[in-house]
Amino acid sequence: MEKKSTVWKKLFLSTLSLSMFTFGGGYVIISLMKTKFVDQLHWINEDEMLDMTAIAQSSPGAIAVNGAIVVGYKLAGLPGVLISVLGAILPPMMILSLISLCYDAFISNSAVAAMLKGMESGIGAVIASVVWDMAAGVVKQKSFFSGFIMIVSFLACMVWKVNVIWIILAAAAAGVIRTMWSEKRGRQK
Amino acid sequence: MIYLQLFLSFLQIGAFSFGGGYAAMPLIQAQIVDGHQWLSASEFTNLITISQMTPGPIAVNAATFVGTQIAGPLGAVVATVGCILPSCIFVTGLAYLYTRYRKLDLLQGALGALRPAVVALIAQAGVDILITAFFENGMFELIPGNIQARAIVWFVLGFVLLRKTKLGPVPVMLLCGVLETVASAVLGEM
Repeated sequence: MEKKSTVWKKLFLSTLSLSMFTFGGGYVIISLMKTKFVDQLHWINEDEMLDMTAIAQSSPGAIAVNGAIVVGYKLAGLPGVLISVLGAILPPMMILSLISLCYDAFISNSAVAAMLKGMESGIGAVIASVVWDMAAGVVKQKSFFSGFIMIVSFLACMVWKVNVIWIILAAAAAGVIRTMWSEKRGRQK
Repeated sequence: MIYLQLFLSFLQIGAFSFGGGYAAMPLIQAQIVDGHQWLSASEFTNLITISQMTPGPIAVNAATFVGTQIAGPLGAVVATVGCILPSCIFVTGLAYLYTRYRKLDLLQGALGALRPAVVALIAQAGVDILITAFFENGMFELIPGNIQARAIVWFVLGFVLLRKTKLGPVPVMLLCGVLETVASAVLGEM
């Protein structure tokens, strides 16, 4: 890995710039961090990124902030946490401060509305592209278990509207039971 | 002491909003509209609208907005720190355990099952965003007039650019935004 100060600087600038574009919920920053830290900088591998997403998701608080914390910790320890949290909250703080000063002018501006409307499609494309890569990774494992978990989880949150906390806990429990079961079988042989 | 009240209110919001995003909304409402009456119900609706239009988590946006309105810039900082402090402690703890124990068989088993589940959760978030983008009323209803054809074009274009070129996500998003702005200006919708 590169020099500490370079890592710190890149970490801060990355979370800062990514945070400016996290319209539409925490998973957007997860997708952006995946393209930045996994695909471009190669600081984290894809499995680790998914593990970190699970940590961010199953903790209290905003997923975007949690995601920044866990990536910051992985890359640079406690200083990394401070740096990436600062990067993640500065843009929304500054933008909201400005907007709370001139709310009426902002909300009725049609150019602002059109820009945001178009960016919504762009964000959708980014998430679709990231999911494409990740789902291809799961399919490549050729594991019935993984495919089953992926499909059931998707149905659970999309169709049956199950709270994500239960999906995370159920998937983790399924993994633990499967490991215990295969270890037990291994001993009996 | 207004700063302490702001800090404690947003500390609770940060500590008890599991599941992110809209999960925090009822908590924020309970604290700042019903409890302290820092915002009226209509001001709260405005805050949600702003949060949807601007980047950043809704809880952080709410902390900045309410803090500024109630106690100025320092209020914004105090409320935001309160809101993210539980995350910092909890997530750092989990990250520590993860880096330390990730080689354990049982944790490996749990993580192995979590990964496909997380892919599904991200996919679901993407579908939600696309439904909002593609349909005028924000619901999956295939009625003429409800389908936003331009949004679908920008999506396909963005997806192809991301897959086939080296263009990063941020330029692609900005491009989609600019195209929509230009298109609605040219078509006289503004």
